[in-house]
Order: sequence, then C-alpha cells, then structure tokens
Amino acid sequence: MSYDTLVVGAGLAGLTTALRLTEQGQKVVIVARGVGATHLAPATVDVLGYLGEERVDSPASALTTLLADVPGHPYGRVSRQQIGASLEWFCRRLERLGYAGGLDHNGLFPTAIGVARPSALAPRTMLGGDLRDGGRFLFVGLRGFKDFHPSLLADNLAHARLPAPVMARALELEPPAERRGDLSGRLLARRFDSGELTDWLVRALQGRVEAEERVGLPPVLGLRRADETLADLENRLERHVFEVPTLPPSIPGMRLYDTLTAALRKAGARLVINAAVVGAQAHDGQIESVQVASAATTMSYRTHSVVLASGGFASGGLTLDSRGAARETVFDLPVAGVPEDGATRFVAGYFDAQPLSRAGVAVDDLLRPTDRDGCPVYRNLHAAGAILAGAVPWKEKSGTGISVATGYAAADAILAPSAVGVSGSIG
Amino acid sequence: MSDLIRASLDHCVKCTICESFCPVSQVTPLFPGPKYAGPQAERYRGIGVSPDSSIDYCSGCGICTTVCPQDVKIAEINSRARAKLWEERGIPLRNQLIARPSVLGRLGNPVAPLANWALHNRAVRSLVQSVIGVHRDAPMPRFAGRTFQKRSRTHAGAADAPAVVYFHGCGTNFYEPILGEMVVAVLEHNGFRVIIPRQDCCGLPLQSNGNFPAARSYVRRLVANLAPYARQGLPIVANSTSCGLMLKREAHEILGMDDEDLKAVSGSMFDLMEFLLGLHDRGELRTDFGSLPLTVPYHAPCQQRGHGIGKPALDLLALVPDLDTIELEVDCCGIAGTYGLKKEKYEISMAVGKRLFDDIRATGSDIAACDSETCRWQIAHGADVSAVHPVELLHRAYGLDTNGSRRAHAGAAGRRERSGS
Repeated sequence: MSYDTLVVGAGLAGLTTALRLTEQGQKVVIVARGVGATHLAPATVDVLGYLGEERVDSPASALTTLLADVPGHPYGRVSRQQIGASLEWFCRRLERLGYAGGLDHNGLFPTAIGVARPSALAPRTMLGGDLRDGGRFLFVGLRGFKDFHPSLLADNLAHARLPAPVMARALELEPPAERRGDLSGRLLARRFDSGELTDWLVRALQGRVEAEERVGLPPVLGLRRADETLADLENRLERHVFEVPTLPPSIPGMRLYDTLTAALRKAGARLVINAAVVGAQAHDGQIESVQVASAATTMSYRTHSVVLASGGFASGGLTLDSRGAARETVFDLPVAGVPEDGATRFVAGYFDAQPLSRAGVAVDDLLRPTDRDGCPVYRNLHAAGAILAGAVPWKEKSGTGISVATGYAAADAILAPSAVGVSGSIG
Repeated sequence: MSDLIRASLDHCVKCTICESFCPVSQVTPLFPGPKYAGPQAERYRGIGVSPDSSIDYCSGCGICTTVCPQDVKIAEINSRARAKLWEERGIPLRNQLIARPSVLGRLGNPVAPLANWALHNRAVRSLVQSVIGVHRDAPMPRFAGRTFQKRSRTHAGAADAPAVVYFHGCGTNFYEPILGEMVVAVLEHNGFRVIIPRQDCCGLPLQSNGNFPAARSYVRRLVANLAPYARQGLPIVANSTSCGLMLKREAHEILGMDDEDLKAVSGSMFDLMEFLLGLHDRGELRTDFGSLPLTVPYHAPCQQRGHGIGKPALDLLALVPDLDTIELEVDCCGIAGTYGLKKEKYEISMAVGKRLFDDIRATGSDIAACDSETCRWQIAHGADVSAVHPVELLHRAYGLDTNGSRRAHAGAAGRRERSGS
C-alpha cells in the first residue's frame, strides 16, 4: 500500500497525529503492535500538573519556568500557540465526549484515592468533580467493584490541600447481580449502557443525597452512551453527577480510544494493529518504504512521511538491557538523555523523578529525531509522545499533554513545515 | 519455541489492556479475564494440576494477543492451559465431536437432506442438546450435498496462466462450495490458474478444544499436501481467516510445531483479501467492477485481525462503484469457532455478539460481510441478515458466474438456516 503518512503506534500521540493528518486530506495508516496507554490513563489531558513538588494552577505560566529549567523538554520543541491550538482542536474534535478546559487553568479532579489531580482538559463525565470551588460531595461505591472505595476517597479528600473547603462523605451500594463476586468495570459499563443499572442507581440514591451535594461515581457509566447516562442521572437525581477515574482498565480511556478510532475510520484512515514495523528503506536521507511484519509475512508500505509514536519504556518503544544500554526499538535511532556511565540512573523513591525516565529520542524543531550532531536522521521521520526525550511525565503530570501537543505539532510539521520550526519555538 | 511463548508472560506489565478488550469477561464473571487467567495464573501451572477451571470459559478469540502492546502471547498461553486442563480431566465427547468438521462433513454430506433436516429440527436439536450438549439454538450450517472438492474436480483453468494454490478449508468444502467457486472465478478473472490440492481439516477446532495431539496430526497431513507447492514458490490463498491463521502462526505458536513443511507453508500463506490487495498494490488486480448499489456493514473477525494485515477487504470493496461499506467497530461476534455451540456457553456467545448484531441491524442493511465462516453463521443467526464473504461482493461486482447459480446463493446460508430452525 502507498500512504501519505505512516504512523507507528496507536496511543494518544499516534491517534492525534493520524486524525489531524486525515482530516487535512492525507491518506494515513497506523501500524501498531497493540493498543496504547489510552486504556490505562484516566482520559484527562494533563499538560503540566506539577513543577517539582509544587502543584501547577496555570500550565501556561508554569511552562516558561519548566522550559527554563529543562531546555530539552518535549514542550521546548513546540510553540505555546501549538500547545494551545492542539487543546482547542482536541476539544472540538472530541465534542461528543465534551472535553473542557484549557492552557490557562488546571482543573482539580479527585482520584479514587482522594488526591486532587491537576488536569488541563477533562471529559464531560468528570467535569462535575472539579474541586477548585469546594463544596459538598457524596462518593458512591458499587460493592464488588474492587477498584473504588468511597470511604477511602472521602477520608483522604478531607485531608487534601485544596483551594476551597470540601466536605465529602461515602456511601456503598450493592448492585443487583445474579451471583456474588467481583464486578469488572467493563461488566458494569455494559450494564449502564443497557440502562439497567441507571434505573437501579436512581432508586437506590432516592432520598440519600443531601441538598447541594455532588455525586461522584466510579468511572463505569458505560462505553457507548455514558453521556446520556450521565444526563439521565443528573436529571433524575437533580444533582451534579461525575466520574472519578481509578485503576485500569480505564473505561473513560476506552471511550477516548473508541471515539478517536471511529473518527479515523470514518475519515478513511487505516488501522493495522498486531503488526510490527521492523525496518525502513531509505534513499538519500528520506524513508521511502517501511517494512511491516504480520503473522507470517513481511509487507512493504510505501509512504511519504513517518511519525514514530511508539511510546517509551512502558510501551516498548524503548528498551533497556541488563547492561544499562537503552535502545529505540523500531528504527534503532540514537537515544538521548541516558545518564552517563557512573551518573545516577535510578533514585531510591519509586515515584521520584527517575533520571532514566528522561531517556528518549531527541528531536529538532520539526520533531524529527536527530543524531548526536543534532542533524535529522531522516528528513521525513517525525516523533511524538512518550518516545521523546526530556520529560518525567508521571512526576510532571504531563504525559497526555505531551502526546496531544506533539502529536498535533508533528502533523503540522508534515503538512506545512515552513509554518513551524525554530522561530515558533519557545525553547 | 514452546518456552518462548510461556516466557513472554514475563513481558506482562499488568496493564490490563487485554482485560479491557476481552469480549467474554465483559459479559460474564465466569471468565475472570485474559490477564488473570493467562500471565498471572500461568505462574501457578508449572507443576501439578491446573489451579482452576475458569480457563475453559476463554473463547480463544485471540483479541488479547492482538491488542497486547508488549507482545505477550496471552491467547496462546491460555490455549495451552486449556489443553492441559482437558488433558488432566479428559475431553468431553461433545468437544471431540464438534472439533472434527471434516469427519462430520463426510458423515453428513452423503445424506445431506436428512442431516440438514435433523440439524434444523427443534425436537432433534433438543435431544442433541440434552444428550451431547450442543445448544439447540446454536447456528448450524447446512451440508451442501456435493463437496467443493467433488464439484471442482472437473474444472479446468487456463493451463499457461501463473498458478495459485487454493486452501479452501472445511467450511467451503462441506457447507459453502459455491463460495469456493466464486473464489476460483475471481482468481481466474485475474489471470490465475487455480490449483486445488486435496486437503483435510487444519486442526484448529481440535486445538481450541484442547486435543493437541490430534490437531498436530491434522496439521502434519495438511502441510504435507501443501508444502510441495510452497516449495515451488507458489502462493497459497485461504478464504477462511481462522484456518489461514492456523497455518501462518498458530500451529507453530500454540501447538509448538516446527516442521519444515509447516514453515514452508506458513511463508507462502496469504489470506485471500491480503492476496488480492497485494495484486492491487502491484497494479495487477483487474478493476473492471460494475456498479453494486448496496450498503454493506463489514465485520473483520477476530482471527482476521490476528493476521496483523489491517483490513484489506475494506480497501478492495472501496474499489467497487456505488458499494458503500460500513466498518463495524465491535470486536467479536461471540461464536469463536465451536465455543458458542456448547450448551453452557451459547448464552455467553450471544451476549458477546449482541452489540455487533445491534449495530448490523441499525444499518438497516439485510446483508453483512465477514471473512470467517463460523462468524458468518453466527451473524446470520444473531442479526437475521445474509452474511457473505467479501469476495462474494467482488465476484458479483465483476459480473462473474459460477457453475452454480450465483443469485440463488446470495448469502442464503444464513437465511435458510434460520427459517429452518
């Protein structure tokens, strides 16, 4: 097959790039070994949540500080305008999921263990949980669903550092079930989609929600019609209702993946999942075709551009061998940001900023992976998302923001390379 | 190899992506999910007996492996665990029976009218359910009477044309011989001489029902017949995506087979749609398609996605003027080969397929396309539409004719089956 752009990876960065390119008229194929981290993450877009230990209220202003401290950060390779535009585009494109927010202010959304989590964008089903203005909250658990304990959530939230007073209490309900046992999020989501749990929940909550209370539920309000279920619950309970993200599998993340891939399919893009890019044929610094290994055969895909969105260590885009050598697994690109021999690679605290996490692919202002001398390895290869060097996403709370911003910017770099570049950079 | 499959569980980072896609665990708590049953439980299966029997509720659709970003061979680990379980406990007669389509085909075809009457008679089916355990409502194909092998024996193509080998599988041979004739016609229309070697079952149903030794002997016999052609450099095409995948990958990865014959065949095996799209890529596919003003929802079955070739049927159908294809976004129809036939699993299989059936009905079309035969039968049963292989649409758009009457067939397998049941 012959394509305008071949995207490696089906995570948020790859899907963003692919959709942006497809809607601009490009013929795009996504090739991925599997599905990306959308199914693991809460489906918010977190641009920048923390600077060191400091929670960020405004990503727009905190970005300046971040880039002064970490010049090699992925956000240093895209312009502030692009980051803003990428968020606006994301909200517009995913209108069905009702994303709201922006670069100026982070929302503060509770997690299942009662931590206030700063996010730039959140989907409609979570917006009601914004803690910034304080208020009264009732968190409702569904017995049998092990990943959501409302009393833990409510207790921790009572001790959280919040901009306004929050009062939280907990309630645990027993959903009707044929047999007792664990309930998975997907099982519950399916039962919400069929409407069967909505009626039950309204009845079970009748008279038990106090005035002015907002109702927080586990993120299982359905895969296909969560918005309708949410609206239905809010109408009938006459309260704000919202989802609180918890451990994977992430139903809100699946909605995001389903919505993005449906839009891609509708626009004519191709998704090849369960296949691995194993090499490329290049001529004169330009990739001309990419080799894709499937069940028993290897096929050649001709393409004008390639976007590498294969993820970091967690997704297999990078590997680390037992001798400490890091490798980029698809095109064997140079890996930047690996601590030198003798330098600290890991620090003791598991969730601390691990030096090795900054490892990844260094890129130029067109997001093209560069060699040690800073020259692009291929003129038509771009990179986006967690494969980029320079970030500590889980510490900064920046992973999804980097994916959306660089995925969007990589598409820009392919569509109009002159419109972006050094002059547009804030780095 | 066997150890590499098992060792892949160490790549599992417990991300639960497989759990979020598993079509079975989202409709029933009887199957705890692929991660739990696979990479996790496998650690306890080293010695002694299997820790629990929930693995039997895995349908073997393989979606978990398809979506795993870490290349953990979840479905393969689970298939082996299931085989181990049945090795310990003994495979039930029913599973031995329904796992041998070619034996059933040889028994049923000579007495097709009687067999078809019996298989679609409620009283007989109720009896079969209580005695053998095949659910009385489960979709059953109809014996064709005259097998594809017999029908094609007298067929002669152009002697000097480049050759392609056709692996038609049991579904085509015993139940859908007209589909086989359409495949031959489409390939011949594109300038090929079609070689149809003698062939038996690929062993897939035995594999998924846990009888690995018997499955291996079927594979060995089949690849011995096909390997000489592969060694001549001839492509082998399969219209059954699951049987094709068996020879491409599963016999090696699940049954642990490393035969030279199998290797030769694997490397020459193409899904029919993959093969035709490859022709198109090289500018060798005839595109003299006539108008086909239809809206057809298309479902890529799980085993098709296991090929890792994208969905070539969509690209091919897009070449047909006025044919509007709707790509369905549901992962599984629920049947998973023989899974949905079993009386204790039929309801699960229908619950899995419900969203697919709903989506097909919502398109308002009375026809749906799908590459796997058992999935087509399930779709016809669950969504009450004619379910056709995508090549049937190409065949029609080419304006071709087969020995049989094209119009009379028109995906009738499903419809007739329903009205008889």
